[in-house]
Order: sequence, then C-alpha cells, then structure tokens
Amino acid sequence: MALLELRDLTVTYATASGPVPAVRGVNLTVDAGQTLGLAGESGCGKSTIATSILRLLPSSATVTGQILFNGADVLTMNWGRLRAVRWAGASIVFQGALHSLNPVQRIGRQIAEPILLHEPGVSKQSAAGRVVRLLSQVGLPAARADSYPHELSGGQKQRVMIAMALACSPSLIIADEPTTALDVMIQAQVLNLITDLVRETGVGMIMISHDLSVLSATCQRLAVMYAGRIVEEGPAHEVFTAARHPYAQALSWAFPVIGDTRTRMSPRGLAGDPPDPAQLPSGCGFHPRCAVALAQCSAREMELWPAGDGRLAACVQVLNEEEGGQPARSVADENRSAGEAVA
Amino acid sequence: MNAVTSSGATDPVPAPGLESRPASPVPTPRQLARTRRRAALARFWREYRKDRRGMFGLVVLAVMIAVALAAPVLASSRGLNPIYATATPNAGPSLAYPLGTDADGRSVLTLLIWGSRNSLLVGLTATLISILIGALVGVVAGHFGSIRARAGRLTDNVLMRGTDWFLVVPFLPLAMVLARTLGPSLGVIILVIGLTSWAGTARIVRAQALAVETRPYLERAKALGAGHWHQMYRHVLPNVMPLLLANTILTVAGTILAETTLSFLGLGDPIRPTWGQMLGSAYEYGVGTGNLLWLLAPGIAVILVVLAFTLVGHALEAVLDPKLRER
Repeated sequence: MALLELRDLTVTYATASGPVPAVRGVNLTVDAGQTLGLAGESGCGKSTIATSILRLLPSSATVTGQILFNGADVLTMNWGRLRAVRWAGASIVFQGALHSLNPVQRIGRQIAEPILLHEPGVSKQSAAGRVVRLLSQVGLPAARADSYPHELSGGQKQRVMIAMALACSPSLIIADEPTTALDVMIQAQVLNLITDLVRETGVGMIMISHDLSVLSATCQRLAVMYAGRIVEEGPAHEVFTAARHPYAQALSWAFPVIGDTRTRMSPRGLAGDPPDPAQLPSGCGFHPRCAVALAQCSAREMELWPAGDGRLAACVQVLNEEEGGQPARSVADENRSAGEAVA
Repeated sequence: MNAVTSSGATDPVPAPGLESRPASPVPTPRQLARTRRRAALARFWREYRKDRRGMFGLVVLAVMIAVALAAPVLASSRGLNPIYATATPNAGPSLAYPLGTDADGRSVLTLLIWGSRNSLLVGLTATLISILIGALVGVVAGHFGSIRARAGRLTDNVLMRGTDWFLVVPFLPLAMVLARTLGPSLGVIILVIGLTSWAGTARIVRAQALAVETRPYLERAKALGAGHWHQMYRHVLPNVMPLLLANTILTVAGTILAETTLSFLGLGDPIRPTWGQMLGSAYEYGVGTGNLLWLLAPGIAVILVVLAFTLVGHALEAVLDPKLRER
C-alpha cells in the first residue's frame, strides 16, 4: 500500500468572480521512504496540493477526489483522526520559516509543541530531552532551545522548522519550498540536511519547488505541474536532463549546464505568463505558449501518456513519438536533441 | 527546559594550546539570557523615563498606592466610626485635623486615606474582571471569526453583537439597576463595574487577534494538529498581551471613575468609605456651610489618580508600540 495516494484530486477556490480551479485532476503516489519532487511556476497548484493533504485549505476551497494517507481518506476523516494525522503522520516544513515561528515563544517550547500535543503522557523533561536531540540532528547547539526566533538567522530558523517537522517521527514530510528566502550557501546546507535526514530516517517526502535542479538533486521522482495538472512525471534525473513535455523542457533549460557552450548560446526562457486559472485555454493548457504546438492541441484534452521507462508525459508530441508516428520537427526539437546529447 | 540549559551550560574543555592564555569567563546561556533580559528591562525603563507625563503619573500612582497600603499605620480605623468622633463637625483645617472634619466630626484626612484603599481596590479588581471577560470574548471572537466557515462566523457574530449591546446600553442606568437589585456592598460594586466595562477591551482585542490569526505561525499550529483552545491560549493570547497590558492601565482609570459615580449616588457600601461616597455625603450634608475641603480633597484625589493611570497607560502604549514612539 502506498504511503500517500492522490486520486483525481481537484481543488476549486470560490472567489467573488466565480469558481477558480487551482488543481484539476491530479493523480500522484508516494511510497514509504520515497521522495517526490513537485515542480512548476507560481500559481500552478503545488502549494494547494501540499496544504490539501493535511486538509489545511481555507473553507472557500472545494476539494473532490481522494487523498489516501496509509489507505485512509483524509478528506472524509473525522476531526480526531485528522488531528492525529496532522504532524504525527505527516508534517510540513513551511516556506516562510521566518514567519512560521511564534515570536514570543522560545524555540525549545515550539519544537516540543507537537510532542506535547500528540503524546499526552510525555513529561516536560523528556520532551526537552527530545528537543535537544532534534536540535543536534539539524546541527544546532542545544543552548539554542532557550532562544527566541528573532535571535536566530534565516538558515537557523529553517533548521528549527525541520527539527519541528521531525519531532513526532512522521512517515511523510511535505517540504513546501523549504529554501526560499535563503541565500545560496544556506540553501545548499539546508538541502543537504534534508537529504541526509530523509536517508537516515527513511521518511517519505514531497518537496515542492520551482527549482528543478534542487529537486533533481534531492528527489527520486519528479512531477512537473502546469495550470493545475501534472504534465510530466518520471525519475528525477531523467526528467531534469531529458524532459519530454515542452513545458518541462523549458523549465529544465532555465538552468545552464556549466561548461557547455552549445546550450549557453541556444535560446531559452519561456515567453508569456501562466494562464489565469479562471480562464484556462481549451485543450492543452500550455498550447498558447508552446513552441511545438499542433493544430489539435487547442482542441484535444491531454492526459498522461506513457513516455518511456517509468515516465509519463501529457503531450501529443510524446504520444506520437511513442506510437512511432512522425514527430513534427521544430527549432525547439533541435535544441532538445542538443541538450540530450550533452546529457 | 532545565535539561536544555544545563547541557548547554557545560563549559567547553579547553584545548591544550589555549590554556596559557588568560581565561576569559565564558557566560553560560542562562547568564546570557539574564543579562539580556536585564538590558531589555533597562532599555524599557530608559524609554519610559523620557516620557515626562508618564513619569508624573507613575510618581502619583506610587504615592497613592503607598498611602493605600499604609492606611492602618497612617490613620487609625477608629477614626472612621462616627461614634468615636469627638471633633467639631464640619470644621475647617486645624493642626489636629489638617483637612478639617466632616458632618459627623470625623477627620477628612482619615476618610481620604481609607477611601483611597477602597477606591483603588474596587478600581483594580473591577478592571481585572473587565479585562478577563474582554480578553476572553475578544480572543475567541477573533479566532473563530478568522475561520471562514459558517460556525466560526456565527460564534464571532453572536459574541460581537453581545459586545455591541454592552457598548450601546447606557452604563449608568444599567449599573444602578444592577447595584440596586444585588444590594449595597463593595463586592457588588466591583462585579457591576466589571460586568459593564469589558466591551471596549473585547473590540480592541478582537481586532488584534484577527491580525495575529493571519500570521503563518498559526497555520503552522493548525498543521501541528493544535485544537482551538491551544491555538488561542498559546499563540493568539501571548501576541495580544502588550496591547492588553496598556489597555488594562487605561481601564483602571475608567473603573475608578465608575466607582466614584456609583458611590456618589449612594449605591456603594455605606460602612466602607470611598472617595465617591465622601463626595456624595459632602454634597448632601455640608457643602458651603463649613469645610469645603471635605468636597475638594476626594475630588482632587479622584482626578489625580485617574489622570495618573491615563498618563501611565499612554506612556506604556507609546513605549510598547515602536510606531507610536517615533512621533
């Protein structure tokens, strides 16, 4: 049984100007101990998925489909079960670590908070002992437990958030852009820390980021989202180096290959903006920005088709290639084969 | 928390090469925290001292509270009983009676000193009740009001309409009716004032609670599996505390005035003198016929203490809120 399974998950926000679909039919599976990266531009629905897993969405959101956590549907769970799943089953590392800590409480007390909430029998002393262990796990001195959040640096606060996420030994950690607002060196430290902890504790993880290079370095599998849908899924390294969906390609090309002159000179970047979720284009949501779009792209509904070993992609081009059809050549295709040659 | 500090406090083993150097005492985290707290307090005091009106208020308050506490030493409570009063009634100030006497021949100074006790007692305890109710209603309404679900909105609405009712209902008739039905005693006066003066606090606290509710650490608390009580008690309340503190001091001024009003109208405990009661009896028996100080002394005392509380409250507000400090 999978640790987490999303089945046809849709999330629609009710706004003053009508319903806005943020997530449109997402299927995802995370096995125990597996790490999954979720990538995409701002507003594509990544964080909505993350918050829906613990049912933390505002009440203006309507959620349909199923979120199976260890086989039990989170969406229909009663309040008591839900509270137990929150943090003890799955915990979140929030993106704004700088603001996710209560400014008037000491660090130690905040890390102990989930322990005391979920394990009522635990004494304050033993909780404090666990806080010290958690702090040393994330590389902070024990004396830090007595500090207030404003006495810590951004990287230290993020470490505190990670320690907090590990406090109740959950089986799943959802890291929602854990390295935003941190400088590159600290980003690297935090990512290494997360990777090490995931390996040591065997916890499952969903990491959300817009940075494909980060995800390919830390995750086993990678799913790329666009306009509320998953457009490509597969082993992280392969999706990063040889993406098949034009959007995933554009995203991976946003990162230069150091020392390679051909990719350095080739055109990259993606014109246009992500679509307004309230007015999605017909057919494939990406076709207005797609360099290799065909006539049928604006009419045909895309689904995830097999695209090689353990890979899925939602693009007719990929479908045609896999079925042996003649793919239309374009400038983008030339570039892609160049990228593959390098990889 | 103890385990944390003690393990952090262990001195590092000095490296062999470093032993020759003069040992500079490394402060333990606890010492560090203590010095830091002392420094913060000193900073607070330095800021507060800059506010001259606030300092005036503080000095007046200190004197008043000292007098109230030392009342049994300063004047015998026998002086309150008209049976033992031997002086000429309604006499002007003399050496034996610096503020003169009242219609029963009691020393006005003794009444004033003992009155400060009861006035401050009523003012402070009524404020405590008022702040407790106000904070509870405000935090609960703010917390549930921030939940956009129907049940949350309903709780907020019910609580706030109740608050509105207390805000618009005229204080004096309500307090008079309550005090009259419940009987004349200090406890009833405290209760009546406490129950009728919390609405403003509730509104202010709710507004601040709504602001705190949008902070990410509350979303974190929800994700932790925290229940409503835990969120309100551990996260919302501590963050509305500074506002509540400043508001408390300001409320004391209001409750002392309210007490004076009710006692003046004769709704207080006749056996325990308060300033309002002195004003009332002076007005009723002797104003203009003899000792004017009988009326002036408690009046000035009320003005001073209300002014002092207001000044201290505003000074605290200014020091606690950096945005106000810059003005």
